[in-house]
Amino acid sequence: MEMVTRSKKKFMTYHRQKKLMGISFTLPALFILFTFLILPVLLAFVYSLMNYNMLNPSEKFFIGLDNYIRLFQDEVFFVALKNTLYFTALVVPLQCAVALGLALLVSKNVKVAPIGRIFFFSPVITSMVVVAILWTFLYNVNDGLINSLLNFVGIPNQPFLLSPDQAMNSIIFMSIWQAAGFQMMIFIAGLKEVPNTLYEAAEIDGANAWQKFLNVTMPSIHHVTGFVLIVTTIQAFRLFIQPYVMTNGGPSESTKTLVFMLYENGFQFRDVGYSSAISVVFFIVVIITSLTLKKVLKQ
Amino acid sequence: MKRYYHKNLKKFLLSISIIVLGLLFISPLLWMMVASLKPETEIFKDMGLGAFVPQNLTIANYTSILMNADVNFLRYMWNSLFSVGMIVLLGTVVNSLCAYGLVKLKFPGSEFILIVIIALYVVPFESVLIPMYIVVNQFGWINEYPSLYVPFIAEAFNIFLFRQFFLSIPQELEEAAQIDGSSPWQTFWRIVVPNSKPVFATAAILTFVTHWSDFMWPLIVATDDSIRTVQVGIQYLFADNNIQYGQIMAGLTLTTIPVVLIFLFFQRYYVQGITSSGLKG
Repeated sequence: MEMVTRSKKKFMTYHRQKKLMGISFTLPALFILFTFLILPVLLAFVYSLMNYNMLNPSEKFFIGLDNYIRLFQDEVFFVALKNTLYFTALVVPLQCAVALGLALLVSKNVKVAPIGRIFFFSPVITSMVVVAILWTFLYNVNDGLINSLLNFVGIPNQPFLLSPDQAMNSIIFMSIWQAAGFQMMIFIAGLKEVPNTLYEAAEIDGANAWQKFLNVTMPSIHHVTGFVLIVTTIQAFRLFIQPYVMTNGGPSESTKTLVFMLYENGFQFRDVGYSSAISVVFFIVVIITSLTLKKVLKQ
Repeated sequence: MKRYYHKNLKKFLLSISIIVLGLLFISPLLWMMVASLKPETEIFKDMGLGAFVPQNLTIANYTSILMNADVNFLRYMWNSLFSVGMIVLLGTVVNSLCAYGLVKLKFPGSEFILIVIIALYVVPFESVLIPMYIVVNQFGWINEYPSLYVPFIAEAFNIFLFRQFFLSIPQELEEAAQIDGSSPWQTFWRIVVPNSKPVFATAAILTFVTHWSDFMWPLIVATDDSIRTVQVGIQYLFADNNIQYGQIMAGLTLTTIPVVLIFLFFQRYYVQGITSSGLKG
């Protein structure tokens, strides 16, 4: 009898100890997440309602929605918004299509497939700064590798990053090259899950390769495609390093993005209030887009 | 017989297209490495196939970037390695502990905390950049090492990754340890960690590769030359008016080497991390 109560007591303390331990295990992570993520999110909202410049921190006071009003009257904001949306609208479908194409290619049972996989993936592990510097050389108007390739097929030198019409498209092309390998890996894993029997059944029905792709592959990897689209979209909205390194937002603001504008106002003009308003708008745009995409893709 | 040849031809064409496309894909990186081994004057001399064939191999660019008195390239490399190393080291401990606490040592509110953490995953880092700078400034960490790693130790995605793995550990294993009188803390270190090596490897490698490329944050908090990271350092070299192409090519190559090494040795875990994010997300 005594034995039973003692072990029961021991059991109870163990369980209490377990709960306490559970809480203390999570505390370090929660503390950091709170201090460096949750608190900053809240602060972004608060600062966006304030007149607050780091160069003049004593004049810090609430000004209501003034920063937002200023933002929606700022021509640069609409340019940056337009550029960001343009980049996203082109990069997301193109990059996903390239990624899926590459995935289909290297999912086939040929000896060189694993090497191809590594080649297509290699730009992904190269950092964006490295890639952006490298491609600035490649796009060089006089002695860039790409212009010499164009000359070879009879096309004259193109200005690429120096032209307001070509700069963003050049960044888009490079960005697809850099990141497609990432989505390719996810697609490869998705394609592996498609049961072979489905393809065999389609073959018996006399389906050709294109029909098999449309009626078997695409529906089977539906949820993978959805995930890839959402991740790529959020990634695209964050465009900053490429214009910062390659064009400094130019020429004539043709590559200025929302994040670039946020950086510029926050860290060059030190305008915390205005920059926070941009952050909040950026945050809302990203969240709304990804939620809408999720809804649309579910249907 | 005819069908057999047809199939082989198809495979042949497929292999050719993979190789051609693959070579096109890596050609920029190939050029970077080849150019880094060329004398400065020859880098842009021949932009045909010669761009990929070094005539006079030299390591002069490497010695000059590493010995350059104005550029502390080795220091930049060390700063990056140190701060990313700290994120990986402290991050795997903190995130795995958090996941374990939430999954296996359930307490009131643990479900709710998990939902909050997953929701935090969608917050784009750029939208908290400015307030985060101000918080870090309050700690007095601008141009100090902690600014480069402390904010990134806890990572919602990694907590989620660990959670998924810990869910698959059989309860009996931990119960057996419990009966032997081991505390949750001991159970975690003696039973859970040794049985979860793959997920630790995956989290560590994903974290390393992600943060090795960090640019925007170091650009604003680590402006001093002594604490500058390699990504920012190479950008400074590139933006310099008196640009030395050979040195930059060598710098770009050196900046890429650590991640390439990680990838070559731990490719399996890295790819697992990427794909698990896609299939379970």
